Amino acid sequence: MLSRTAENLYWLARYVERAEYLARTIDATLRVTALPAAYIGKTNEWDSALLTAGVAASFYQQYEEANEHNVVDYLSFSTNNPSSIRNCIEAARLNSRSVRTALTSEMWDTINSAWIELQAAWSKGASTREDLAKFLRFVQETSLRFDGSAYRTMLRNDAYWFSRMGVHLERADNTARILDVKYHVLLPEEEHVGGPLDFYQWSSILRSVSALTAYHWVYRETLKPWLIADLLILNDTLPRSLASCYGNLVRNLDQIGVAYGRQGPAQRHARGIRNRLEHSNMNDIFQHGVHEFIQEFIADNSRLGEIITKQYLI
Amino acid sequence: MAVAFDEMNIPGGDLRPAYQELARWLKETPPEALEYRRQEAELLFRRIGITFAVYGDSESTERLIPFDVIPRIMSGKEWALLEKGLKQRVRALNMFLRDIYHGRDILRAEIVPDDLIFQNPVFRPEMNGQQVPHDVYVHIAGIDIVRVDAEDFIVLEDNARTPSGVSYMLENREIMMRLFPDLFARHKVAPVERYPDELLAALRSVAPLSASSEPTVALLTPGVYNSAYYEHSFLADKLGIELVEGRDLIVKNNEVFMRTTEGLKRVDVIYRRVDDDFLDPLTFRPDSVLGVPGLMSAYAAGNITLANAVGTGIADDKAIYSYMPDIVKFYLGEEPILKNVPTWRCREPKDLAYVLDNLGELVVKEVHGSGGYGMLIGPAATKATIEAFREKLKREPEGFIAQPTLALSTCPTCTASGLAPRHVDLRPFVLTGSKRTTIVPGGLTRVALKEGSLVVNSSQGGGTKDTWILDE
Repeated sequence: MLSRTAENLYWLARYVERAEYLARTIDATLRVTALPAAYIGKTNEWDSALLTAGVAASFYQQYEEANEHNVVDYLSFSTNNPSSIRNCIEAARLNSRSVRTALTSEMWDTINSAWIELQAAWSKGASTREDLAKFLRFVQETSLRFDGSAYRTMLRNDAYWFSRMGVHLERADNTARILDVKYHVLLPEEEHVGGPLDFYQWSSILRSVSALTAYHWVYRETLKPWLIADLLILNDTLPRSLASCYGNLVRNLDQIGVAYGRQGPAQRHARGIRNRLEHSNMNDIFQHGVHEFIQEFIADNSRLGEIITKQYLI
Repeated sequence: MAVAFDEMNIPGGDLRPAYQELARWLKETPPEALEYRRQEAELLFRRIGITFAVYGDSESTERLIPFDVIPRIMSGKEWALLEKGLKQRVRALNMFLRDIYHGRDILRAEIVPDDLIFQNPVFRPEMNGQQVPHDVYVHIAGIDIVRVDAEDFIVLEDNARTPSGVSYMLENREIMMRLFPDLFARHKVAPVERYPDELLAALRSVAPLSASSEPTVALLTPGVYNSAYYEHSFLADKLGIELVEGRDLIVKNNEVFMRTTEGLKRVDVIYRRVDDDFLDPLTFRPDSVLGVPGLMSAYAAGNITLANAVGTGIADDKAIYSYMPDIVKFYLGEEPILKNVPTWRCREPKDLAYVLDNLGELVVKEVHGSGGYGMLIGPAATKATIEAFREKLKREPEGFIAQPTLALSTCPTCTASGLAPRHVDLRPFVLTGSKRTTIVPGGLTRVALKEGSLVVNSSQGGGTKDTWILDE
């Protein structure tokens, strides 16, 4: 297929995944901040939402204060934030338009309808909390529909694999980022271990990667930082864990390698990361330092993005 | 202006035969039902994303072309005549182009004046003496046809460069069949859906000699911001070929390749929807980023077929148009089946004088304009506009032609106050391959939605209709 088509499919999937992740982050932050002050502690949750989205620096160039109004606006609707939900959907639509021939009509319809709704209903943002909740649901449903229609309607060929690689690469990045921002909460040495504050902080992490229920099913335990980190990093049954994302990335890259009859640095690099995840345990990771481990992972992950681009997309 | 010929109603109350079943159906169908279907159609168009961009319109870059649900109907007999005329016309266009870029018999015979060719900016000296595969220049032609009575078909304009609109022919039919299955059951409408197959067959048939037996065809688009981008992606999809932009292509050793995830892949035929000027920055406009550097040298080496060929603009130029009846006679020795609109060539002093005296009644067009931009419709223009145009005409008479204001035929059309006659034209699409010329029965009917308006261009508020050829 055309390199440009593959590139567009890959980025289209990334934009949709990112939009969903942002919606989940805002949703989870709203829940935590709705709690009485005693439960939240002194951390500014809106500030950490900006950090997990990776846009804190650009935010402060335009706003003084990271409060609900400003952050929600910046992450959801701002046209000045290149990775706001609005811009993600706009970019997804533009990408879809340039690869229409590679999309199934269901996928196109999902993105086009979302774009039409964005213009029609959300051009002025959300005026109330109810409105905002509706918007966040709309974004999450769009992503689910997009994913579902890709899964159900696309031919299993390189177009599908490039699109899935976009999903998993973006997802791994998002999960890693939220872990990184909240890693101090996960450290058992922190002073208010076991306090109510931690409980809500942890549950908000899990909520933002839609893993709260999953946690209970997997561990049948109260929320423990150790296990949360285990779930998000090493447990490959959780679709948003780093291990699961890399299981999928390796598989997609292998499928492409087989179809094209040759492998390259992207396959090798992805396998390397997957192997590291497979052979790690939480003990080592905590010893080594969660922050350091995640920082390395984020760098490795974005390096894979560059390698894929070089090998296939240009 | 005389009362226009209506394609459905004969003055006195009778119906033309092709419309009888439709009229019966309209009587049975309540207006609300029609309005409901109209809204449904609009929703479908928007969801599918069938939009076009209006240049210079910052308000919204994507718009829908209004769709009228009342079909325009022609009998099989009428179509047979039109089809014959179209084939004749396109054959002549191809022979004319071959001649202009080779022997130039027609210039020596003084049928067409030299300066009209050589001083014409759309004449491409790069094409002089160049062999194009199978001598086909115009693979896809869109011939704009109007009617003023029940007998004749008149060519308003030949489009021999990159005619667009065929996606509307196909999508309009899809949507009509979805919305009005009962109406189709009551008519025998000739299908149009084999157009993509015919187009692909025509394109593959003209592959260069150096191509493999399974030639690779690609559609070259200027990109998502082009007004016809939807059509480009639609056609690429229907044809099952890659939709490429200039940056996807690269020329090596005079062969054209596309960049794929598996490396470079040779391309043999390019259905290009990019104008000549932008095709190759090394030959034409150096500032073009839409084109492919080196494409013209691969073309000259005979390793790539461009459809349509480079330089076809000289055949559909409005200044050449008035010579078309003579061109048909010169190459084919036949009387033209399709009529021309009588045309005054403002470059000729006698004609200019007439035009200046009668501006109020004439349509004046820029020779190099298109899309309904920059033309004067005398009867509809204000005095000031006419005077401004008069100055333009005097300054540069060779830039204009003039024609009588035709009373274009009308068809019943949905309006705010119920069904009413509106002026229409028709663009059928003529495909020419190495061995044969084909025309899918139908075309794009454009309709001027404003009462009395004669401008059907989508950029100027025109709409479209499904075009039915009855298979009797």
